[in-house]
Amino acid sequence: MSEKKKFLYLNRKAPYGTIYALESLEVVLIGAAFEQDVSLAFLDDGVFQLMNNQDATATGMKGFSKTYRALGDYDVRKFYVETESLELRGLKLEDLMPITYEDEDDDYAEKPSLIPVSRAELAKLIAEQDVVLSF
Amino acid sequence: MRFAIQINEGPYTHQASDTAYQFAKAALARGHEIFRVFFYHDGVNNGTRLTVPPQDDRNLQKLWSELAEQHQLDLVVCIAAAQRRGILDANEAKRQGKDADNIAPGFRISGLGQLIEAGIESDRLVVFGD
Repeated sequence: MSEKKKFLYLNRKAPYGTIYALESLEVVLIGAAFEQDVSLAFLDDGVFQLMNNQDATATGMKGFSKTYRALGDYDVRKFYVETESLELRGLKLEDLMPITYEDEDDDYAEKPSLIPVSRAELAKLIAEQDVVLSF
Repeated sequence: MRFAIQINEGPYTHQASDTAYQFAKAALARGHEIFRVFFYHDGVNNGTRLTVPPQDDRNLQKLWSELAEQHQLDLVVCIAAAQRRGILDANEAKRQGKDADNIAPGFRISGLGQLIEAGIESDRLVVFGD
């Protein structure tokens, strides 16, 4: 297999109305085994995927929001969140799950995985990637 | 250039599979390589041989199967997405205790690792969907 590539998963849809969020997460989990440089980005209704205190019980569907918090253990630790998308939906970063990872280069200190970025910054980030998977 | 293609939508409801097919055909005609076509989400429904569209309409499954045969394309249907939606090959049908399979000629069922590998091994991964 060739050199490490920069993979970005673009998450644009709300978590339970369609299956895209869940099946995107399945790709991220499988992809983690390939040891690439992985980033996730959340924009548009995709920011709802990270809402804190989700409870899917009443939908009859399987809740999967806790899986995002486990991604740090798979070396997936860059969650870019588009601030314009948050603002448009009346959300703040504090409304999202406190997702963290343990930094092995810093005595396993817990560090936040969520990185707020502007639309312009996100566009730049997308341009820097080798592979962009859009869900 | 070496392309990989990901198709996220089923046939007919969405244009994604049509556009991807036209793209693949055009790329091959220009001498480019298609490393793999990966069917995900409802895109797996492109891979059932049981669709019977009206005779005066295109038959997307058949178009893909024929293109695969002409160019030895690797058409991969995601196994997890396929199982949710009832797309089975003979092996899976047996393993899951089902009485039939429906995978179309030229398609094969495999894992999500094939999508990641396609991203790694290709110059461009082009996603067709909403």
